Amino acid sequence: MATTNGTAVTQDEDVILRLTNVKKHFKIGGGMFRGRPLVIHAVDDVSFSIRKGETLGLVGESGCGKTTLGQTIVRLYEPTAGSIVFKGDEIGTLGPKQMRPYRRYIQMIFQDPSASLDPRMTVSSVIAEPLNIAKWGSKKDRNDRVRELLKEVGLNSYFANRYPHEFSGGQRQRIGIARALAMSPELVVCDEPVSALDVSIQAQVLNLMTQLQAQYNLTYLFIAHNLAVVAHIADRIGVMYLGKLVEIADARTVTENPKHPYTKALISAIPIASPGRVRDRIILQGDVPSPANPPSGCRFHPRCPIAQPNCAIEEPLLEEKEVNHYVACHYA
Amino acid sequence: MSGTADQFDTPTPVVLGAGQDIDPPLGGEVAPLEALGASGEEWTRPHSNLWADAFRRLVRNRLALIGLVIVSTFVLIAILAPLLAPYGQSEVVDVRLTRYGPSWSWPMGLDKNGRDIFSRLMWGSRVSLMVGLASYLVILSIAIPFGSIAGFYGGFVDTILMRVVDVIYTIPQVLLVMLFVNARGPSLTNIILGIGLIGWTTEARLIRAQFLTLREQEYIKASRVAGAGGGHIIMRHLLPNSLTPIIVAATFGIPTAIFIEAALSFVGVGIQPPQASWGQMVGAASTPADIISTPHMLIFPVIAIGLVMLGFTFLGDGLRDALDPKGND
Repeated sequence: MATTNGTAVTQDEDVILRLTNVKKHFKIGGGMFRGRPLVIHAVDDVSFSIRKGETLGLVGESGCGKTTLGQTIVRLYEPTAGSIVFKGDEIGTLGPKQMRPYRRYIQMIFQDPSASLDPRMTVSSVIAEPLNIAKWGSKKDRNDRVRELLKEVGLNSYFANRYPHEFSGGQRQRIGIARALAMSPELVVCDEPVSALDVSIQAQVLNLMTQLQAQYNLTYLFIAHNLAVVAHIADRIGVMYLGKLVEIADARTVTENPKHPYTKALISAIPIASPGRVRDRIILQGDVPSPANPPSGCRFHPRCPIAQPNCAIEEPLLEEKEVNHYVACHYA
Repeated sequence: MSGTADQFDTPTPVVLGAGQDIDPPLGGEVAPLEALGASGEEWTRPHSNLWADAFRRLVRNRLALIGLVIVSTFVLIAILAPLLAPYGQSEVVDVRLTRYGPSWSWPMGLDKNGRDIFSRLMWGSRVSLMVGLASYLVILSIAIPFGSIAGFYGGFVDTILMRVVDVIYTIPQVLLVMLFVNARGPSLTNIILGIGLIGWTTEARLIRAQFLTLREQEYIKASRVAGAGGGHIIMRHLLPNSLTPIIVAATFGIPTAIFIEAALSFVGVGIQPPQASWGQMVGAASTPADIISTPHMLIFPVIAIGLVMLGFTFLGDGLRDALDPKGND
């Protein structure tokens, strides 16, 4: 176990992606006469690693930086600081051209299937786009691959020449999945892939993703705000609050034995399908503070039910409280 | 208040509890269509592209069809003017018959020099359409790279480029074109260049604004994740998705250019007589005495200008609908 800044970074051989102290800050406003720019601390000092073939769930409420983190990993953003190591190679600092060879191994499934498909492209050209960009095979090879992918995600290739708006939400997300799989990636960052779908369709898409994962030995980073969905699909779960990773452990451990007070509040919010059972609900007070001006010390302390005076001063580090159970809290 | 709790309150009993029981047949969503006899092996639906689909939708729209007919008629007349026009563009029919009204021999009458107005309108259509189309080409060839770069790269580049646009934009367009044409001498080329070099600012702003909204779309991000560079994203995603506003702008831009030429010729700095131009014909016919006594000299060129502008507007409206892939088939 290497502990960098008190954070969980495993040194296993089969680690496919390792983040160390990744930060992503956005400057807003500012300029010659406009004073100091506002700095949004979207992702602050996040470290974790993902093993090959596993699904790491990342939960947290809107604005906690999980999407930014996902988009930083696929290098839509350049990290402000920290390192992103993919299969032993540092990719956090690569320029667009140097990044290109890695693109095929790291793909992304987007949240809104209607926004992530170009409305002016037919389904076949959407799916073929990564192949075309990589100049993969001949035109016929690419056509065959598109057909194969469509079948793989459960769509009929009869519709290959239709436009995305002619499909339902679930079908569109299948198209998005087919595109992500086109170049046979190893790591897929799934940014709330089912949040925009009906509950009945969510299960179908999740099952498809699980099936594809087994088939192609994919590694998922599964981002969602819905802990129930993540608990269903993930092997391990990381919980983010205001740009920080506050807890990370096995999915079972996080859902059944959460240690961080924020995680406990999240778990208590999952509805239970048994009317008789009474469970204590932890209702958090106040609103999420602005990531432009995060609270001192522990970022959760203003809302934390067990906060002590030193929580406002000293920032808790992510520590291994139990085996493979990392928590960033002084009193967990 | 309990914002956190609400966030996670979304009930998902299906996923949590019964996700396994549901056992969705993969591809179940497409099953009904499979029943229609579409076999999964064939690409049965004919390959259609954006333009073929758009054209099909365009001709189904009656107003657009009228616009298309008007515009193409004028284009044909302009091209075939030397064959169609009964008289040359500065040919005097009869000096004694100046201001002669419409008759069977000369359906639109003669002007104050005794020239056939019908023939001159045909010749003049060449000027108008040439100015309209050519200057719009100039406009687009400046505005597209300018607006694309500003909108796509943003930041400092954008600021600099847009300040240039702002400066040009503050000066009245017709005045600038007038100065330009006056300085370089009145000729068709100079009018086209003048309108084009000065009139591109609106389109550049339009393209930039479009790019600024589009570049944050998820499908652009998806393209980047696939490894696409700036050129690919601009050509494959941003420009095709900006086509609709560009075409709508063109439907106003082309008639505007035609109108500016007419205005220039009307005040005498445009096309010089004896070469025919609609604006110049209107100008020559709009002395108060002529308007009252021989209105035919004014009416026909005005109708011609109006018709062409109307045609472009109808066509543009239709194109806007037709180019939207979400439009009804």
